[in-house]
Amino acid sequence: MTAVADSPETGPSRTAKGAVFDRGFEYLCFAAATLLLTALGGLIISLAIGGWPAFAKFGPAFFVTSTWDPVGEVYGASGAIVGTLVSSALALVFALPLAMGVAIFLVELCPVPLRRPIGTAVELLAGIPSIVYGMWGLFVFAPWFAKHIQLPIMGAAPPGSLWETITTGIPNGTGILAASAILAIMILPFIAATLRELLLTIPPAVRESAYGLGSTTFEVIRKVSLPYVRTGTVGAVMLGLGRALGETMAVTFIIGNSHGFPTSIFASGSTIASTIANEFAEATSDMHTAALIALGLVLFIITFAVLALARLLIGREAYK
Amino acid sequence: MTPGAPRLTRRIAEVGFLAFCWAATALALIALAAILWSLLSQGVGGLNLKVFTMSTPAPGSEGGLLNAILGSLAMCILAMIGAVAVGMMAGTWLSEFAKESHYGKVVRFVNDVLLSAPSILVGLFVYELLVRPMKGFSGYAGALALSLLAMPVIVRTTEDVLRLQPTALREASVALGAPVWRTIMAVIWKSARGGMLTGALLAFARISGETAPLLFTALNNQFLSFDLGRPTANLPVVIFNFALSAQDNWRRLAWVGAMLIAVAVLAVTIIARLSTREPKRS
Repeated sequence: MTAVADSPETGPSRTAKGAVFDRGFEYLCFAAATLLLTALGGLIISLAIGGWPAFAKFGPAFFVTSTWDPVGEVYGASGAIVGTLVSSALALVFALPLAMGVAIFLVELCPVPLRRPIGTAVELLAGIPSIVYGMWGLFVFAPWFAKHIQLPIMGAAPPGSLWETITTGIPNGTGILAASAILAIMILPFIAATLRELLLTIPPAVRESAYGLGSTTFEVIRKVSLPYVRTGTVGAVMLGLGRALGETMAVTFIIGNSHGFPTSIFASGSTIASTIANEFAEATSDMHTAALIALGLVLFIITFAVLALARLLIGREAYK
Repeated sequence: MTPGAPRLTRRIAEVGFLAFCWAATALALIALAAILWSLLSQGVGGLNLKVFTMSTPAPGSEGGLLNAILGSLAMCILAMIGAVAVGMMAGTWLSEFAKESHYGKVVRFVNDVLLSAPSILVGLFVYELLVRPMKGFSGYAGALALSLLAMPVIVRTTEDVLRLQPTALREASVALGAPVWRTIMAVIWKSARGGMLTGALLAFARISGETAPLLFTALNNQFLSFDLGRPTANLPVVIFNFALSAQDNWRRLAWVGAMLIAVAVLAVTIIARLSTREPKRS
């Protein structure tokens, strides 16, 4: 320390006042970030430990049998697993085209002054709490659904056909299809919002050249815009699917809550989340609790796979 | 469409497509309007002073939602305090310290997973963590579950907003002799507070209507209680129990509760949205 007493590395005069806390502050932030990791790890471990008795007792049969009998202590998850997958898949089938329509409308067709109000309105649809969807679904939507959709479809089915088999049910408006319809309304805004963000990333020059060549809006969307955002769209779809898979309260209200395999689209069924919501607080035996937690772990694995895939696909493109 | 495709086909496809887009948007707006209309038409009728001054009633008697509203507020506020503290620090770490490090990417991914994990699983986790060892449902357990749901939202928005702050701002502060921690707290956080507030509001909107994780953490309580160490009444679970009951007065209260919750959540969402910028076409 001879000539350059004030070089950055050496002179204490160059250290800012209070810099001793820098380390501490960084560690504090680091600890908070690590807490997130701990939370996820803890969640997985606690589900695994809590569900272990059920996995140990029933083995692979837990996944392939559909008997759910709390009295006889026999639990098979396949009814709930199939119910979850079918209701979410159907919801996606309804929601995807509509969400595309909404996103394209907001980006391409909407008069500019209306863009923000309509965009906000669609986002509000995403903000409505799940339990409100549930109540509305059961008391308002289900009667309407029974009268205007379920009865006509059931009436139109020719007797003895496959069509009749998959549309039998009690015409009260609850069941798998009704739950899917509510789910579709719930995930529509999520998919639409992501798609809209994606469509906004397309450089104007690309679209304008397509228009310049004489394309119609439909052709621009189909041949230029959608191919441009293809992977991101798959990601958006997966995010919507993730939402639908884990959705609890709305489904609990309207799916009918019966165990076993759903045999028709109007039959009542159950999903993993609805089973847990209905039975967990009242589970009496330890095995019942363990079986429900094991169901939870299955749900976590399904949603995790879907979400990881979504992040992977979106990450490549518009995300960030 | 190939160049030689007949004009008429193209016209029809175009008109059909545009009509579909309009119809899809109309359908979404109709759904929103229908939900709000049922809430208002069913909820306003049951709205009176008793809702805010009396606790949840026994079957057939009169009552209100006071205990549920207070319980929900207490749990949400407690949850938000924890979530904001941890979420802000974690978001700051991701934005200011993690850079492109490997661990930073892992934490970011974990946060995304938490952000989209089904809320009922968070409830199961807290049940295993707190309720089972302590042998009892409690308001604290409910608050922890809500906190875990709010946290990832705050982490995400904090990181996003902090990243938007110009590097020059940091450099200017450090050049004036401020240590890093003061630079972040007094300059970066301050300049980003609008966006961070939006994130907190959105997180609050998310947890205030959340039902599933409370079913087996906070459970419910028929009476007014300020002891969060015991089962605590909360609006969402009361709505759930009352809506599915056969009692007329319970159902009416469920609609009132649903309306209150929806109005609160939507108001918070709108306030949060108004403060953010509309995305522009690039």
